[in-house]
Amino acid sequence: MAASIAVDPALLAKAMLPGPVLPEHWLVVAPVLLPLAGGAGLIALRHRSGPARRLAGAFSLAVLALTLLANIGLFRLVAEGGPLTMVMGRWLPPFGIAFTADRLGAAFSLAASAVTLLAAIFTRGERVAGPPAYGPEPFQLLLLAGVSGAFLTGDIFNLYVWFEVLLIASFGLLALGPGREELDGTLKYGFLNLTGTTLFLIAVGLLYGVSGTLNMADLADRLPALKQGPLTALAALFLFAFAMKAAAFPVQFWLPAAYHTPRASTAGLFAALLTKVGIYALLRVLVMLMPGPLEELSLLLAVMAAATMLFGALGTLAERDLRRLPGFVLISGIGTMLAGVALNSPGGATGAIFYGLQSMALMLALYLALFEAARLSGTPDILKGGGLYARHPLFSGLVLALFFAGSGLPPFSGFWPKALIVKAALDIGAWWLAGAVLLSGFLTTIGLARAYLLAFWHPERARPAGRAGDKAGQAAAVGTRKLGLSTTLPLALLGLFVIGFGLFPESLLKLAGDAASGLADPTAYIRSVFPGGAP
Amino acid sequence: MNTLIFRTVAPFLSALMLVFSVFVLLRGHNEPGGGFIGGLIAASALAIQGIAQGVAAVRRALKADPLTIAAVGLLLSALAGLLPFLFYLPFMTGLWTEVNIGLGPVAISSVMLFDFGVYLVVAGTVTAMALALEEREKD
Repeated sequence: MAASIAVDPALLAKAMLPGPVLPEHWLVVAPVLLPLAGGAGLIALRHRSGPARRLAGAFSLAVLALTLLANIGLFRLVAEGGPLTMVMGRWLPPFGIAFTADRLGAAFSLAASAVTLLAAIFTRGERVAGPPAYGPEPFQLLLLAGVSGAFLTGDIFNLYVWFEVLLIASFGLLALGPGREELDGTLKYGFLNLTGTTLFLIAVGLLYGVSGTLNMADLADRLPALKQGPLTALAALFLFAFAMKAAAFPVQFWLPAAYHTPRASTAGLFAALLTKVGIYALLRVLVMLMPGPLEELSLLLAVMAAATMLFGALGTLAERDLRRLPGFVLISGIGTMLAGVALNSPGGATGAIFYGLQSMALMLALYLALFEAARLSGTPDILKGGGLYARHPLFSGLVLALFFAGSGLPPFSGFWPKALIVKAALDIGAWWLAGAVLLSGFLTTIGLARAYLLAFWHPERARPAGRAGDKAGQAAAVGTRKLGLSTTLPLALLGLFVIGFGLFPESLLKLAGDAASGLADPTAYIRSVFPGGAP
Repeated sequence: MNTLIFRTVAPFLSALMLVFSVFVLLRGHNEPGGGFIGGLIAASALAIQGIAQGVAAVRRALKADPLTIAAVGLLLSALAGLLPFLFYLPFMTGLWTEVNIGLGPVAISSVMLFDFGVYLVVAGTVTAMALALEEREKD
């Protein structure tokens, strides 16, 4: 039955990769493959309870640690030898799908796996209300697989596929919670994100119609020669799709509505990874592939960025719920990164990349710490709890550092990228954009200081009567007010990152600068995909 | 819907569909068919059985949970992609070998293993959804 069709061997040889592939080149796919296989294994085991359940937790930590090691290896390879490409199934691009890791992709992938590992450690000590149907471990692994795939792929349709993979995993994580509130958040999140990815798919189809290729290196080579009119329209479509993903103004409303409902590790992971994927896609598609059309759109993007920043900053001023608060910090950070993209200059892109990398650690830490603070004080309302500083001074000190980093004050990690972006904005005379960055930082500082004052420094407020006489209830309350090792370890490590990147920013600055110059001049990227010159 | 005729015919129909799904899976490499469509046919067979005999009977007959089947399929597909690592070839490269089973040479390939994984993923996931929906109808 399997009548093979005769193919000219010479023709086949032209379409296929000739030489052998070195084992270390597999590091390009390992950050995707490891969590994907691990996630599949955990789904198969998810019904077991008791000791098997703990084993599943240990297994997920082991897979994540392996992924982190693979990412470190990949990053070192890329840092030394430049972009690295693996073509799937030996079929050469532009027809075969390529995975290409350059400095930007490798750095984002490395940061993503580190952050996921810390979130998974936090999950080990997490208590959740109600009986959870299953643990979040398989979905965390699948989410990381999708995110790493998006960071490492060299094909724009494949990028869409990874967006879908991470969306499916994130639906699973969001819907795991027991209540109606979770489903409400999931629905809003799901609807808006599906709309965003559909727009992305439409844009990809149109791009193929215009250029005849979907390989990013090929696109980078061909697009500058094409007519810029249709490309500008396409760039606007991409911009809208990715802005939705990144929660930029005016499509940011889903984020504060969805991110406070799940458990802390899930919310933190989403904040750290999902919006960054949107920013990464903007950097890759607009800054690298379509710099010309981006120039046309830069004013629009800059206005969006300023509006996003101010919306986030005003949100932090108004919010009373500790669990919703970091969502607004996240949004104003998104605005800052968008401003960096909008500037369309090496300085701006460097700032956006720097901000994105440090924001992964910062946002995860903020979500974990503030959810933990809400648990420790017994209520998420900053006007009802209080007294945290007296009971947990070290923890409160960490939160203060995170708040400073979130508002962009020195000497913490949020300061440097903001300084870079402000400088890049002033260089081209966009004083109003620089002013917006500074104003949003100022307002965020006030908003976060207010929250700190009310929830941490304020003496503990009296509980409403009814609970006070209940001895057993009190004992339980004291029991839940402790901080376990699996809670403090990730927080301490993340805090170290935030403070370390603030005090010693040189290495990260250099990395972000190199990644940005790789975007501005993709010659090395193209040569890694087409060693013998473009087809 | 749940008539005597339907209940009598359903087991035969399901069995036929399951065999047909494997046939479609195997012919898929060179002709229309493949793991995805084969998995869909297998899932519809199980869904029909679920309507006729009840979801509990189908779950008992399946032995493994449908989502577990899907996860095993995903693992098989990943394994098929990993095999070329041993031969210094890139991820997902198809490996072929011919085995003579007496009736003539039969081509065995990692591509087929991948397709078999896809079959299990689709069959498992769609069955899980169909059975969950059928269960909900009873409440």
